[in-house]
Amino acid sequence: MTTTTRGFSGRRRARPEGNRVPPGQFVTDDFPVLSAGPTPRTPLEKWTLALQDGGSLAGRWTWEDFQSLPQTEIAVDIHCVTKWSKLGTKWKGVTIDHLIEAAGLDEPPAPYLMAHCDGGYTTNLPVEDLIGGKGMVATHYDGEPLAPEHGGPARLLVPHLYFWKSAKWVRRLRFMEHDEPGFWESLGYHIYGDPWREQRYDGD
Amino acid sequence: MTATEAALRPPAGAGGRRLAWRPAEVVERVVETRRATTLVLDVPGWPGHLAGQHVDVRLTAEDGYQAQRSYSIASPPEAPRLALTVERLEGGEVSPWLAGEARPGDRFELRGPIGGYFTWSVAMSRPLMLVAGGSGVVPLMAMLRHRAASGDAGRAVHARLLYSARAIADIIYHQELQRLSVEPGGPEIYLTLTRERPPDGWKGFDRRIDAPMLAAAGVAP
Repeated sequence: MTTTTRGFSGRRRARPEGNRVPPGQFVTDDFPVLSAGPTPRTPLEKWTLALQDGGSLAGRWTWEDFQSLPQTEIAVDIHCVTKWSKLGTKWKGVTIDHLIEAAGLDEPPAPYLMAHCDGGYTTNLPVEDLIGGKGMVATHYDGEPLAPEHGGPARLLVPHLYFWKSAKWVRRLRFMEHDEPGFWESLGYHIYGDPWREQRYDGD
Repeated sequence: MTATEAALRPPAGAGGRRLAWRPAEVVERVVETRRATTLVLDVPGWPGHLAGQHVDVRLTAEDGYQAQRSYSIASPPEAPRLALTVERLEGGEVSPWLAGEARPGDRFELRGPIGGYFTWSVAMSRPLMLVAGGSGVVPLMAMLRHRAASGDAGRAVHARLLYSARAIADIIYHQELQRLSVEPGGPEIYLTLTRERPPDGWKGFDRRIDAPMLAAAGVAP
């Protein structure tokens, strides 16, 4: 049974965005910044991205190498578990498909992946949510290099899941045979995080 | 379970049990500033929380329309009732109701506590350096209140707060912060005002938080 709140009517404007907004979310034009720690600033000449199959290195790219990989541009809606959604955000980067190909792999070596970031942040994802154009390592937002507070120089982008899965400052992608919880997933947040099923917290 | 383990445990909901929506009834309303209001709530079955955690609030209109937002908990774990301090956002959908319309007897729903990372308890026995702007002080106040409620154990843990507000009238919990700061073993409180010239005799800062201010407040940048 839900509780009706006296005097609350809400902002029931006709939304041009229609059904693009998942349950419990509201649309913002801002780009809020939420991080679990300080903003790291890795110089581009020291930046590398590594792809790991379990404990062994499958690929590693310097910033320069990374720029020479196929670059993909997308416009997508993003949804933060803290309730804001932002529509039509424009990103550029390298898809996980292209990274796997650039590492010389025919297919993903394992069904799960842990993203490791500067500052120690981690987040886990099923690989099927990253391939087929669903995930990328993004270096540009709205035509500009990605700002450090938004995860620059490079962040994971998996827009169909809550945005904590789109880990800022990503440096290492590690394939895993079995799913393991990352940082927020160990602290009560949902292991998968589908905004359309409102999988915010463990048990949702 | 030791107190430290309790403090570090995952929040309720971990382990696959869904964090349930609970009815909450407003029992007291405290107007803190021109924008911020504290709602003291009766939440039957509230499982308890740690200082720094938050809740999801859900308001339901008569026709079933719902809106959700997250708000920090202002009350310490020791308080008999849960309290939220909400700042009214111009053009907002939920905060104007909570900070302006809600009166004792009104009901809405919430679930929580949420967030197992930005938490602090005296049992961690590590010093506190808190830096906040505006309504960001709310979860930090829960920490200072928890410290104050912990007697000698709380006083044994050094605590500082650097708090930036637009104007004196916008300082949430101003009197309580002043009272805490002069208590024996109370926290060091540093205030700064960013949009209003401070009055004569103002002992705080009068600019945005910067590296020299952090250094003066005891944090090496």
